[in-house]
Amino acid sequence: MTEVFVKVGFLALAALNGAIIFTIMDVKGASWMQRRPGPLHVGLRGFIFPLAEILKFVQKEDIIPTEVDRPVFKWAPAYVMVSCVALFAVVPMSPTLVVADLELGVFFALAISSLGTIGVLTAGWSSANKYSLMGGLRAAGQLIAYELPLILAVVGVVIQAETMSLVGIVEKQIEWGVPFVVGGQIVGFLIFMVAATAEMMRVPFDMPIGESELTMGFMTEYSGIRFLIFYISEYMNMFILCAIASTLFLGGYHVPLLPTEWVNFYGPVVLLTKTAILGFILVAVRWSQPRFREDQLQNLAWKILIPASLINILVTAIMKVGF
Amino acid sequence: MVNTLDPQNFNNFSEASVSVEIETEDMTLNIGPQHPSTHGVLRLVAKVDGEKVHDVKPVLGYMHRGYEKLAEVRSYPQITTLVNRIDWVAGFSNEIPFIAGAERLMEIEVPERAKHIRLILNEMARISSHFVFNGAYALEVGALTPIFYAMEDRERVLDLIESVTGGRFHPNFNRIGGVKPAAGSGPTTKKDIQDLPAGFYRDTKVAMQKVIEAADQFQNLIGGNEVFKKRTKNVGILSAETAEAFGVSGPILRASGVKSDLRTQMDYLPYDQFEYDIPIGENGDCYDRWDVRVKEMIESAKIVLQAIDSMPSGPLQAKVPKVIKVPKGRTYVRAENPKGEMGYYIVSDGGLGPYRLKVRTASFSNLSILPLLLEGALLPDLIAIMGSLDFVLGDVDR
Repeated sequence: MTEVFVKVGFLALAALNGAIIFTIMDVKGASWMQRRPGPLHVGLRGFIFPLAEILKFVQKEDIIPTEVDRPVFKWAPAYVMVSCVALFAVVPMSPTLVVADLELGVFFALAISSLGTIGVLTAGWSSANKYSLMGGLRAAGQLIAYELPLILAVVGVVIQAETMSLVGIVEKQIEWGVPFVVGGQIVGFLIFMVAATAEMMRVPFDMPIGESELTMGFMTEYSGIRFLIFYISEYMNMFILCAIASTLFLGGYHVPLLPTEWVNFYGPVVLLTKTAILGFILVAVRWSQPRFREDQLQNLAWKILIPASLINILVTAIMKVGF
Repeated sequence: MVNTLDPQNFNNFSEASVSVEIETEDMTLNIGPQHPSTHGVLRLVAKVDGEKVHDVKPVLGYMHRGYEKLAEVRSYPQITTLVNRIDWVAGFSNEIPFIAGAERLMEIEVPERAKHIRLILNEMARISSHFVFNGAYALEVGALTPIFYAMEDRERVLDLIESVTGGRFHPNFNRIGGVKPAAGSGPTTKKDIQDLPAGFYRDTKVAMQKVIEAADQFQNLIGGNEVFKKRTKNVGILSAETAEAFGVSGPILRASGVKSDLRTQMDYLPYDQFEYDIPIGENGDCYDRWDVRVKEMIESAKIVLQAIDSMPSGPLQAKVPKVIKVPKGRTYVRAENPKGEMGYYIVSDGGLGPYRLKVRTASFSNLSILPLLLEGALLPDLIAIMGSLDFVLGDVDR
């Protein structure tokens, strides 16, 4: 029983800290790219900025409009956050440092990641606000559309690794000597990253929030701590999807030349570094791209990403069987 | 055809569910007056079917401040402070046609130097207005970074305007018969007080080079961006005939391919002494409207650089009576402002202030095209099209 609590506590803390690190990275990336002095210089060179951000939201009033569907409205942020935290359970930081090394790890991750859609959709629906409703519907359409390429991109990895356990996938990459992104899954990696960006609802796929169109999309009516939960979940999601991407495609906790018996010590650092590199790419994309239109987004998913990932699966399978 | 779900009419439910059409209603979406992309307090009552916009009614008047009426109880020098605030993004440009109208009625010949200073500041106001457009438009199509660059670069131009006039947004610098002595000028001798601030020419040359660089940067970073092109090309196409029929003017009209610029057609400022291009677009879509404005920034910077080099010497102010009374009569002066044609119809009964002042603003006429452009657009297009019209609500409602 204690073990369960320790594991859950670890999950929550790790995911939260990851989210905070990514918040710092996002804000610092923004201020670096936009020549904004604030988050680069204010308060310990900007490092206590997330603390100020969190405290600001905590002390604000949690306004619940009278017309909303109260229980649904109140629980929606929790759905989103829980789906993010639970996702982190299968990410290995070393062969032993993993909360749950499931046989069907990949399957679990993809199943759990689609749970957040419910939270977003109910948030939009229960808010009794037309902007929220449109944001929620956009989110539903987008998350469903991009769930497919995300899953199909991972199928290539699963075929190549012959296992669905994330530890097994990393071990396979160690066995191969090169991570899967070099060893044949480059297309899968690109598709995975694009689809993951859409799953996180970040620019250029941030139509569900669409600040200039839908004010704040499905989050419009939220304030105070509930808004904070959405806000943190976004970064948590970003952190965890990047961690999964680095596990699946970049060799996870492994790095060549280091002694494997020390992996419990350097494993988490290696994984975090790889995650941060992927995160930085997302930050750079966010602050340099405009937003797609809703129909262009759907076209990209259904007409380009899904066929490309199907071809990727086909090629991977042929290579696997043929050689 | 819509059937009611009466079980008795059907043998089984699968048949029932096939023959029933779902009747959907258009949702009325109220965009504004408080909305991040309505440039202030414009309100659009949109009928939307999901993402599709079926009908849009703009509701104006939330910003009406009654300047035309206020002008009737003020004297001419006092009115320049009012008209500054009509289009606050380019405050200086609002003064020009009004002052030119009063001067025409009084038959005052303005000194060449004053005209040149007016022209330089007018072009600077145009540049700063287009900077704001660039940043805001990128923000509206979802790019969050360009606004910071645009604002930083605009600040350089506003600093120059401030060094001459003392005000960043509302210079109130024109006087009937000339311009006010410059604010930032040296304190030593009387001649210095009359002149532009020390280092103005040098700073302006540097700043205008920076403007040209910034415009190039915009063309590369925003104009070259694939997502931006996808969002703006072939969106909100406005044909030249429709534009002219609706009284659309300024960069929007030029983006539709009409080479119409009041700077070359009117003589309120000595634009004929300088060489510059009038950029025009081909398709009249959102991308062209954006593109024309960026190119205009470069041309304006070129005009300023030429004006700096050919600045004549002489007085800043013509001889005018102490108490300004405009003779009986009426006049209409048109000028090319950053947003389009701005005109003042001044009716004078020979008193201290105008009997009636009618302001023709560009934003109002340009906005009238909006419902037409939005037919069949998607909701994100609505924001992109609205942003490309670059209106200021103060300019619409006055």
